[in-house]
Amino acid sequence: MTPVEIREEILDILSDIAPDEDLSALQDDVAFRDQVELDSMDFLDIVMELRKRYRIQVPEADYPQLASMRSTVTYLEPIMKDMQRVS
Amino acid sequence: MPKDFLQHVKPEYDVVVIGSGLAGLTAANVLGRAGHRVLLLEQHYKLGGLATWFRRPGGLIFDISLHGFPVGMRKSCRRYWTREIADSVVQLKHIRFDNPMFSLTTEFHRQDFTRLLVTRFGIDPRTVESFFDTARGMNFYDDQSLSNRELFERFFPGRGDVVRLLMEPITYANGSTLEDPAITYGIVFSNFMSQGVFTFQGGTDRLIALMRDELLRNGVDIAIRSDVEAIRVAQRTVTGVRVGGREIQARAVISNANLCDTVQRMVGARHFDRDFVEQAAAVRLNCSSTQVYMALQPDDLLDESTGDLLFSSVAPAFQTDLLLSRHITSRTFSFYYPRTRPQARPQCLIVSSTNARHADWATLSAEEYAASKQNLIETTLDALEKYVPDCRRRVAYVEAATPRTFARYTRHPGGASFGTKFEGLAVSRGLPEQIRGLYHAGSVGIIMSGWLGAINYGVIVANDVDALLTHTASTSHPAGSILAPES
Ligand SMILES: Cc1cc2nc3c(=O)[nH]c(=O)nc-3n(C[C@H](O)[C@H](O)[C@H](O)COP(=O)(O)OP(=O)(O)OC[C@H]3O[C@@H](n4cnc5c(N)ncnc54)[C@H](O)[C@@H]3O)c2cc1C
Repeated sequence: MTPVEIREEILDILSDIAPDEDLSALQDDVAFRDQVELDSMDFLDIVMELRKRYRIQVPEADYPQLASMRSTVTYLEPIMKDMQRVS
Repeated sequence: MPKDFLQHVKPEYDVVVIGSGLAGLTAANVLGRAGHRVLLLEQHYKLGGLATWFRRPGGLIFDISLHGFPVGMRKSCRRYWTREIADSVVQLKHIRFDNPMFSLTTEFHRQDFTRLLVTRFGIDPRTVESFFDTARGMNFYDDQSLSNRELFERFFPGRGDVVRLLMEPITYANGSTLEDPAITYGIVFSNFMSQGVFTFQGGTDRLIALMRDELLRNGVDIAIRSDVEAIRVAQRTVTGVRVGGREIQARAVISNANLCDTVQRMVGARHFDRDFVEQAAAVRLNCSSTQVYMALQPDDLLDESTGDLLFSSVAPAFQTDLLLSRHITSRTFSFYYPRTRPQARPQCLIVSSTNARHADWATLSAEEYAASKQNLIETTLDALEKYVPDCRRRVAYVEAATPRTFARYTRHPGGASFGTKFEGLAVSRGLPEQIRGLYHAGSVGIIMSGWLGAINYGVIVANDVDALLTHTASTSHPAGSILAPES
């Protein structure tokens, strides 16, 4: 998957988690938390969804890497570059 | 022959969940939905643990722990349960305080608290804002040495009345005191007091029935009256459980039973590092409760301005140790109007709760105990008279529960109502590092207690277990299977 595809995939997961939020104007360099109503359970849901869809394990110590769209894509890129999209 | 409650149970599962409190139920549901083979074992004949109710003649149903929870329940129920469950979470609008310092009604959210603190208590709006921001900004990794007392002293020095307004509900909600770490207040506050108090339409019995249906839909096997005797461990790895004389194999076990009981009795101290056992033994339990359940005559309807939740006290000042005393000066009344259970005959129920120490009740002789229970009922009716005039004549049914009652029905040592103090969380989280595949999910650490805390903690632990099971699945297959996930 390319970084663009990874980004789309994250957006898809986020739209499931926060169905009432408008994600079209999301800024990649700004923390999710400062733009969308996300709490720690929401971040856990992102982690669970990544495991469900792609069998990716995000250890608890790496959760801070999921702070913004940019940092999430950077973190996932080496892990997901050889994967195919499932959804 | 007695009925075999384990008849339908298979010899092997991916996960066995011991206990059907809200944390156990939710962990089982999340894992079942993720496709794991899950068995849920409950020693009682009802599911729900402390989220429970009882019936009395005349169609009465009393809820034990349905006094109020944070708005977050709605989201967690939608996400980890069903939309139908989430849609039954409704707000309670009349939260009332009545004590020698102040009497007021609030919708119990930040905006309304701010209004009250500024207009009624004369606090500078900037102080209020800065206090709420500080509490909201606290998280788990912050300094634990700051106590609640110090937090309040910093923002509202000498203002016992403000402390009472901000702390009394939390003390009832989770047993915490002014000595507990301020981060517990901050975390609970940002969940609890920022957006109102909510309840479940239809009562606890309806909630648990809906949850049971969903578990079955997600393929979870459930056995009631199934008391787990032991968790089996070999070479520091979980292998299964022993229940009703039967061995059931499992790759992971989640105990929703009491944390200390899990370590000491079900697993056995010899399987852990010695200092871990000591750390577990040092975990302090939270307090217990007393309750008095009262039903008015059918069709004798109270006006809803009486309140949904009423924090009432005759104590001149707020002191957390006083709240535990058998000489009760403070009570929380929950009023249940006919809309709670629209399907039943219109009737108002009232449950009075206090925090209490098990030790104060444990040693009473049978006669002293009966007399103390009766005294609890009489003094509660005396206190209720102010809010429900002529209540002695109007109350058609009354019954009391004490820390001994809670200890007997819940199996929590000391009848602990709200799990453990803060340090319990580290022990609970530390189990899988001691024994592979062993987890605990249930009220611990103050912040993980209450209906919402237990549900969310169940999800957190289910995530860990899912990681363990998924991990072993992928390593046992050719590496390529990681790239082609099943969906
Ligand atoms: C009086 C009172 C009022 C409360 N009011 C509120 C409120 O208004 N709002 C709120 O949010 N919270 C309230 N709470 C707290 C809330 O009810 C609890 O925090 C929550 O329900 C606890 O869930 P849990 O998952 O930790 O497990 P528990 O409810 O403690 O359940 C544990 C389960 O494990 C089972 N078990 C134990 N040992 C075994 C074994 N060996 N084998 C099989 N099963 C076993 C038990 O039978 C039980 O079903 C109240 C609690 C009390 C006591």
